[in-house]
Amino acid sequence: MTTVSDTLPDPAELASSVAEGKRPALATALNLLDDRRPEARKIAARYLALLAGKRQATRSHLIGITGPPGAGKSSLTSALIPIWRNRGLRVGILAVDPSSPISGGALLGDRLRMKTSFDDEGVFIRSLAGRGEQGGLSAEVWPMCLSMLATFDITVIETVGVGQSEIDIAKMSDTTCFVAQPGSGDSIQFLKAGIMEIPHILVVNKEDMGAAARKTLMDIRAATGREYSGEEWSVPVLSVSSTQGSGIEELAAQLDLHHDWLATRNLIEPRRRQFQAEWILKRLRQEFGSFGVAQLQTQLQTAHSGLDRLIGEGDSPFEQYESLRARLLTAWNRD
Amino acid sequence: MAPKPTTNDRPWLMRTYSGHTSASASNELYRMNLGKGQTGLSVAFDLPTQTGYDSDHPLARGEVGKVGVPINHLGDMEALFHEIPLERMNTSMTINATAPWLLALYVTTAERQGVNPAQLQGTTQNDILKEYLSRGTYIFPPEPSVRLVTDVITYTVEHIPKWNPTNVCSYHLQEAGATPVQELAYALSTATTILDAVRDSGQMDADSFTAVVGRISFFVNAGIRFIEETCKMRAFSAMWEQIVSQRYGVDDPKLQRFRYGVQVNSLGLTESQPENNVQRIVLEMLAVTLSKRARARAIQLPAWNEALGLPRPWDQQWALRMQQVLAFETDLLEYDDIFDGSPVIEAHVTELIEGAQTEMERVATQGGMVQAIESGYVKRELVTSHTERLRAIERGDLKIIGVNCFQETTESPLTSGSDSGIMKVDAKAEQEQIQSLQAFRASRSQAEVDTALSALRDAANNGDNIMHSSIQCARAGVTTGEWSEVLRKVFGEYRAPTGIDISAHDKGQSTAAEKIRDRVQKTGEELGRPLRLLIGKPGLDGHSNGAEQIAVKGRDVGFEIVYEGIRLTPKQIVRAAQEEGVHLIGLSILSGSHTGLVTEIALELKQAGLARLPLIIGGIIPEDDAEQLQAQGISAIYTPKNVDLNAIMADIVDIIRRHNGLEPFDQAI
Ligand code: B12
Ligand SMILES: Nc1nc2c(ncn2[C@@H]2O[C@H](COP(=O)(O)OP(=O)(O)O)[C@@H](O)[C@H]2O)c(=O)[nH]1
Ligand SMILES: [Mg+2]
Repeated sequence: MTTVSDTLPDPAELASSVAEGKRPALATALNLLDDRRPEARKIAARYLALLAGKRQATRSHLIGITGPPGAGKSSLTSALIPIWRNRGLRVGILAVDPSSPISGGALLGDRLRMKTSFDDEGVFIRSLAGRGEQGGLSAEVWPMCLSMLATFDITVIETVGVGQSEIDIAKMSDTTCFVAQPGSGDSIQFLKAGIMEIPHILVVNKEDMGAAARKTLMDIRAATGREYSGEEWSVPVLSVSSTQGSGIEELAAQLDLHHDWLATRNLIEPRRRQFQAEWILKRLRQEFGSFGVAQLQTQLQTAHSGLDRLIGEGDSPFEQYESLRARLLTAWNRD
Repeated sequence: MAPKPTTNDRPWLMRTYSGHTSASASNELYRMNLGKGQTGLSVAFDLPTQTGYDSDHPLARGEVGKVGVPINHLGDMEALFHEIPLERMNTSMTINATAPWLLALYVTTAERQGVNPAQLQGTTQNDILKEYLSRGTYIFPPEPSVRLVTDVITYTVEHIPKWNPTNVCSYHLQEAGATPVQELAYALSTATTILDAVRDSGQMDADSFTAVVGRISFFVNAGIRFIEETCKMRAFSAMWEQIVSQRYGVDDPKLQRFRYGVQVNSLGLTESQPENNVQRIVLEMLAVTLSKRARARAIQLPAWNEALGLPRPWDQQWALRMQQVLAFETDLLEYDDIFDGSPVIEAHVTELIEGAQTEMERVATQGGMVQAIESGYVKRELVTSHTERLRAIERGDLKIIGVNCFQETTESPLTSGSDSGIMKVDAKAEQEQIQSLQAFRASRSQAEVDTALSALRDAANNGDNIMHSSIQCARAGVTTGEWSEVLRKVFGEYRAPTGIDISAHDKGQSTAAEKIRDRVQKTGEELGRPLRLLIGKPGLDGHSNGAEQIAVKGRDVGFEIVYEGIRLTPKQIVRAAQEEGVHLIGLSILSGSHTGLVTEIALELKQAGLARLPLIIGGIIPEDDAEQLQAQGISAIYTPKNVDLNAIMADIVDIIRRHNGLEPFDQAI
């Protein structure tokens, strides 16, 4: 019988190999981050801490692509890949599909649309099932993104824009891009009513469908159209066709512009730190409830914001998280 | 009482679908079959020829001459019809994406035999839409593909007036699980899509268009529920008549006739007790012959050993004799239609027509057949029907003799021969074919080839009919791979929707499935993360049913499934396995090229550091090969007799457990 630990990787070696961009290592890392066994979680946290120490020279842009099922998110990603590859950028993709609520199983179908990546070493696609997180993104997504960001110039998360995942992805990506398709009245209603957070870029896909696409474009422009002050990022509304390839260059340019906009304001790192803290707090809240988090605050004699900072500024937030978790678990077991 | 007509009905065309090894070996087979009283030819091409690759292309490795004849150039086509006078032959070619090319070779062969092409008779299947749904030998995206279909139609109507330029196929839809209503709806929607495209192409005047309408023929399936299938044929006739007169305004009754050929159902032919297939085939043949008003024009029958492997000449002879007994010994052809006036038949025909019309409207509101294929809608409907069929077999509601009931059997003498009862293609054939191809290439004028290919490129770009430049290519000695490569560059390539994203079929299902779900979940917890499977279809094989059904079942018992459709290279499969972190790879191979592909995949796995990943395989795997594969380290092998999908799933869990040092559950479900 083999034991768990002898099949688990060495965190230091793994972090170096991932930082060097080795594909098998990245695959191993993603498996590790998916692993829920306690021994694995410890090693994963160590690995993430070591990885964070290895600063990357990559452009490192995390792009979230969201929108209703069938809008063309995977096709759009597929159309963007060759543009980035022609510029010599390496691309990682994390594609999140819903799980079957009945069996817990899932069909991970997004790869199929991203055919351009077939024989290209510069592209890596990992699919992930939603795994019943009430429509939200599963716990593994953020750490997996961090691993991909360490290796690739551009990391894309594709997720079905329904329910909680919509908000989750906005609280994770440098740039959030929402994809609508012709005739998608719902999206427009949500935008208008402010239910949907306004993304950084709005795309109406399938412009090859003609009039219907133009109408949706106009409706969305009307729903979001407002004056932007000089300080704000002004949200572009673009019309593209993923299958015909039209408008894709412009979209790639807008994605760049937004990245530059964040970078010149030195916003990338602070945003990511904040997202990380929020992510971890959310995980703790999911596992232990608000009561658990309140208990932690009392124990650590800190306010919510203090907890936030603690997680956000430490050198290894995931180890912090594991230790906070352990603290709560022991506290609870004592009672 | 219907009176006996004074003249008997003429017998239908009798064919056997065949071809293998090489053009000259197939020529020998054809001449032998014609000698046995076969009245037409039906050419099976190998998969490289059907998907536009020369025999020496890396993707053709292991597939040359396997499931059909390799035709690379004019020399091969001439050898195929050596001493077969084409002006007297009726040749059906099962060819689709490369149909314009194979027709060009056929026309040029006729010219070289001194036959006027205008006299040629026969059929090019040339129905690309069902390739995306079932048959899998598409190359280009739907739009340019439809244009190639219409090019062949407009060309033949003008130049080869007795040719059937397209055979709209419902056959393959039933083989992918379609119900009779779905067969009717999707085949007729396909026919109108094609006719609309011809009409709108601006290539013809009204008279020629009327001629086109009259040239549309169909290729239909007949399943074991032969009363219903008879009704389906009558429904087809009635609906087509109506479409022709109402949609296209053609009133000549001769041009309204639903002309069709048949291959009877093969999906229901079994590996267990294969002799039972004979009675299935005969009953299915009745469905398309009993009703004179809806009688097939041409029939080809599968053989008793359909689910075992390729038929030998004797097996095909047996199938031909079934047709001859029915046509020449029985009194079938002496009577007028024996169902006319039957209220029972009438009622069921009406029911089928209504169902089909509803489904056709659903397709129309989505913008038509092309859109409904691109969106994945039609494929999902087919996968759903097939899943329902398999669940019914699992439950025992759908009885299959020798498979889920009456399994006890005495050993069959049919399969005990030294060849295990199937045909094996000599592995040397591929090498010989490649040598002859290379010699052919060396013998031609490169300048002529280049000129012809650039004319082809221009036609593809300009929208000129592709046939003229294709014939120029045939004469110049262009090869199948070169012709296709030019068009690949102009039109691009395509991957069709897999259709497996259907809603769950595990509601209120057997407790067996629930038990497995627990095992899947428990094992996932023990291994730290949910279990993932990659279902892979390597090579040129387009048989997707098995892979789709394993994928859907896998999802339904709780696995996370990665499946990217047909025609992947070993490298692509191994990459996906690595990127997705799967626990097991399951391959599905039915084209007979398993030995080479498995060796390549094992090698790629080793190079990727994944040598320990368990590998299983399903499909048409003869017993001798199975032993060899197991010796190579394949963990499990499944063939058509393994109809219990729950048992397969339980095995998979145990294989994963063993590979990860966990005790297998080992109990039957
Ligand atoms: C249906 C069918 C078709 C359909 C396919 C539709 C589709 N989309 O799948 C159509 C009509 C299109 C077709 C076409 C052809 N066919 Co065909 N076809 C069959 C047929 C009748 C049944 C196969 C089937 O779908 N069974 C139902 C599924 C559910 O069963 P299955 O795939 O066997 O899977 C079961 C097990 O094998 C196993 N399994 C399979 N895969 C996997 C994978 C995993 C991971 C696991 C765990 C298990 C597993 O589990 C399943 C559950 O029982 C067989 C003969 C037969 N009766 O088996 C011939 C057969 C496979 N076809 C054959 C041929 C030659 C062709 C053609 C190549 C002919 C030609 N020259 O053009 C064409 C071209 C197809 C192509 N592009 O490759 C030959 C192959 C000969 C050989 N291997 O030596 C066969 C054996 C018929 C014959 N005797 O000649 N075919
Ligand atoms: N006409 C058209 N169809 C598209 C376009 N982009 C995607 N599609 C189709 O829309 C469907 C869904 O695409 P997919 O990328 O899987 O959507 P996702 O669910 O958002 O990832 C597929 O059938 C695509 O072929 C486009 O630009 N035009
Ligand atoms: Mg998608």
